Parts: sequence; C-alpha cells; structure tokens
Amino acid sequence: MKKILPLILAAVLAVSALAGCSAQQKGGTVNTDGSTSMADVMGALTEAFREKEPDITVNYSGTGSGSGISGVLDGTCDIGLSSRELKQEEVDKGAVAHVVALDGVAVVVNPKNTVTDLTTEQIADIFTGKITNWSELGGADAPIAVYGREDGSGTRSAFEEIVGVEGACVYRSEYGSTGDVIGNVASNENAVGYASLSAVDSSVTAVKVNGVAPSEATVKDGSYTIQRPFVMVTKEGVELSEAAKVFLDFAMSAEAAEYITAAGAVYPY
Amino acid sequence: MQCLFTLCGLIAVGFVLLITIYLVISGIPAIREIGLFRFLFGKTWAAGQGQYGILPLILTSIYGTAGAIVIGVPIGFFTAVFLAKAAPKKAANIIRPAVSLLAGIPSVVYGLVGMCVLVPALREWLHLPAGDSLLAAVIVLAVMILPSIISLSETALEAVPKEYEEASLALGATKLETYFRVSVPAARSGIAAAVVLGIGRAIGEAMAIMMVAGNVANMPALTRSVRFLTTGISIELNYSQDGSLQRQALFSIGLVLFLFIMLINAFLNLVLKREKET
Repeated sequence: MKKILPLILAAVLAVSALAGCSAQQKGGTVNTDGSTSMADVMGALTEAFREKEPDITVNYSGTGSGSGISGVLDGTCDIGLSSRELKQEEVDKGAVAHVVALDGVAVVVNPKNTVTDLTTEQIADIFTGKITNWSELGGADAPIAVYGREDGSGTRSAFEEIVGVEGACVYRSEYGSTGDVIGNVASNENAVGYASLSAVDSSVTAVKVNGVAPSEATVKDGSYTIQRPFVMVTKEGVELSEAAKVFLDFAMSAEAAEYITAAGAVYPY
Repeated sequence: MQCLFTLCGLIAVGFVLLITIYLVISGIPAIREIGLFRFLFGKTWAAGQGQYGILPLILTSIYGTAGAIVIGVPIGFFTAVFLAKAAPKKAANIIRPAVSLLAGIPSVVYGLVGMCVLVPALREWLHLPAGDSLLAAVIVLAVMILPSIISLSETALEAVPKEYEEASLALGATKLETYFRVSVPAARSGIAAAVVLGIGRAIGEAMAIMMVAGNVANMPALTRSVRFLTTGISIELNYSQDGSLQRQALFSIGLVLFLFIMLINAFLNLVLKREKET
C-alpha cells in the first residue's frame, strides 16, 4: 500500500501538470487545510465555486488552524485556513493573511434578564465560575446557569479563545447544537450562553459587550470584540498554482459575500 | 427451505459479529494510547485538554440506572400485580393499552417532554440554577422502563397455576396474602427477568437523557448536570475529527458500554434459564 501511494500521487501530479499545460485551462486541484470552524464557510464557497469553475477541485481537510498554517509554510497544501489572526512568528516565516470572513459570537441571556451589558472581564468571570449570582452584576438575586457547547465545537473554541477562558469554563450544561443552547437559554431565566451571531433570534437577548451590541455592522468595524477572522493563508514568495489563485480571488471577491453570509459569517469588506 | 431459514439466522449472527469486531478494533487503539487504567478510572473527561477519563461517565450510567430501577421497579411491580390479579376488568382494559402505548412512545418524545416540562419544574421546585440533572434523567428513565417491567412481570404472574392460589385461599389466607406469599414467589424469576430487562433498557438509552441530563462530565450527584456513557458518545461525535484520539476514545466508550450490556444480557439469560429449570 505504501508503495502504491506515491505512484498514485505522482500520476495525479502528472495529470494535473498536463492539464495545466493544455492551452492554459483553469483545471486542477486546490488543497486547503486548517481550521475546523471554517468548515461551513469553506463548504459554501467550494460549492459555489464548483458551479463557476467545474474543472477545479477544491479539497478541504479540517485539521486545526495551527496545522493549516504550518502546512502552507511547509508547502504541503496550497492554502492554509486559520480562524485566528496570524502570530508574529508565523508572519516572520512568510505567512500572508487574506481575511475572507469575520465570525461574531454573541453572549445570550433570557429576555427577562435585566443584565444586558457586560464587560469582557465579567463574561470571563461568569464562565469560569467566579461570578455565580446575577445580583453581582446588578440583576435579580438568582443563580447563574452557564450553558455552553460540547468539546470540539468551533463556537466553543472561538468563544473560549477570544474571552481568554480556554479550558477553564465551568458549565452547568453542555448542548450538542447552537439551537439547543438558544432554546434552553430562552426557557431559563437564569441562563447565559453563547451562540454564533447569525443564529441569534428574538427568543433570547444578545448582551452588549463593553457597551457594544453585536450586529453585522459592529463586527465589521471591529467594535464588537468577541469576533475572530477567517483567514486564508499563503506564503510570501511562493507562486500560487493557477487553480489556487482563481479560488483565492473568488473567495476574496464581492461575489463570495452572499455565500459567506449564508454560511453564517460576516463578509468583511 | 431449510437453507433459507439458516441463512436468515446467519444474517443476524453475522451482524452481531460484525458490530462486535468493529467495536473492538476501533475501540482498542485509544485505550492503548491513553492506558486502560487512566481511561477507566480517570476522573476528568476534557477532550480539548487531552484528558480522557470515563469514570464520571461510568458512575453516572450506573447511578442513573440504579435510580431508575429504584423508582421504576416498585411502581411497575405493583402495577403488574394489580393487572394480573386484582384489577376489575374495566380498569385493566384501560391500564393495559395505556402501558403498551407507553412502550411505543419514541424516546425523543420522552426527552422532549422532559426538557419542556420536567426540567423547568425541577428548577422551580428545588431552586436550582438549571433543571438539567441526574435527577431529571432518572425520572425520565424510570418512566421509560415501566412498560417492559409491567408487561413481563404480568405475564409471569399470569402463568402461575391457578391451583396454587386456590389452595392458599382454601387454607384461609386472604387475597392479598395469596398474591404476595404465593403468586409473587412462584413468578419471581420472571419478575427478576423483567427487572434485568429494565436495567438493559435504561443503560442503553441515549436520546431522551441527552435532552435532560445537561451533559457535563461531572462526577454524579442528583442535582448536578451529568454525562452518561451513551450521551458521552453521541454529544461529541459530530465535531470530533476523523481519526483523532477524541473520535477513537468515543469508540472506546462504545466498547465499554457494549461490555456492560453483554454482562447484563448474560445475567438475563442466566435468570431465564433458571426459570425454565424450576
């Protein structure tokens, strides 16, 4: 099996090289690798892209932002996917960020809750269990029920990362979907939870964070802080393949806005 | 014709073998990587931090099942005695269909009712921050195992020969004494089988309790949010990456659960066999 694999890969390479030669057709394969949180956005983009450029295959493998970035730096994939900003040492190694979308995470409470404005520190204290009663935040004298998502969820890792409470959260309950979190917050006056901004409806209140209400506009201008960029990463000085370039241009174009919005993220431009 | 029947039998056996082999093959690697002792007796399950201890899940499954038995068996047992021996025809004609209807309700509906009615009610009564808890799961499970306990015990009680009871009554025992001193002891292995079947149902249930238990891998306590072996698998399966240690560990949980259920089944067979012999 191990001997066959390089042969197949070589054959695929040869075929794609030939395809590249034949009269500059835009056929080929784009390998993308990285953030699992970007699965929805990548799914929407590749689906739309397939209709536009049926000859180009876009592969996506969700391995995590870190390994996506090191993958593009090592040359094992064409485009790395990161759901966080690049670190300085990654930029030093030649990583270039192309922000394709922004993702806002709303902190939601029951509509009957009088607490509607929290600072990032207060949110961190609530989720790590330092604040356990709404009266400490100027609300009713009632215990706080902290709701969250299960381990491995992109929303959970985004929220914990941005608020700075990674692995330190004390949850009262964990749910398997965004809808469950919103439904349970809507039915429990003591509850607080988080959900992707696009999923928030009128059954819950999305609190202001540091005085800023979450919306597409405040995520876009950066004033709402619980947000993260979805980044496509390339390496400086390395020429992208024709197919990869076409795909990256498509993802950055105004045309992609509709698909990014449909996937629940905010188009940044 | 013989051939066709044999084939059908073999298909069932084949599926059992397939599932067993698949579970063992996919469950072993994670146990090997984590270490059997740390896997079974580790007190923290936090896949994000690479901690894979399923002791809280195992204990929750055991406590939850035990709780369901403690609540469900007395209710189910007395209902069965009532239906088999004491109930007037009219009452039995209402209760019996109701019990079989209870058996036919899909577990997601139990979960939904639990989530919308039981969980908020527990929150109000016990002044908890949230009602999702082991207690809620125990109550839902107790209701869910009622039909199997009732119908199996009833069948066992009805199979007790009339002569036994008539002899007891003729000797001057009251009806109540006859039921509990003669009929029930004569049907005891059938009733035991009903209880074991109830245990099997409770330990394997996932959907309904996922909606009411809160699903945090805490050490079990009545009012705390807990995660069962079954819900541990189903809640994290969606987002665990293919081939990751987290995904493999979920299969290992499946293997542990499978062993639990095998044990219960073996025990059930033993009980049934003893019943046949007596």
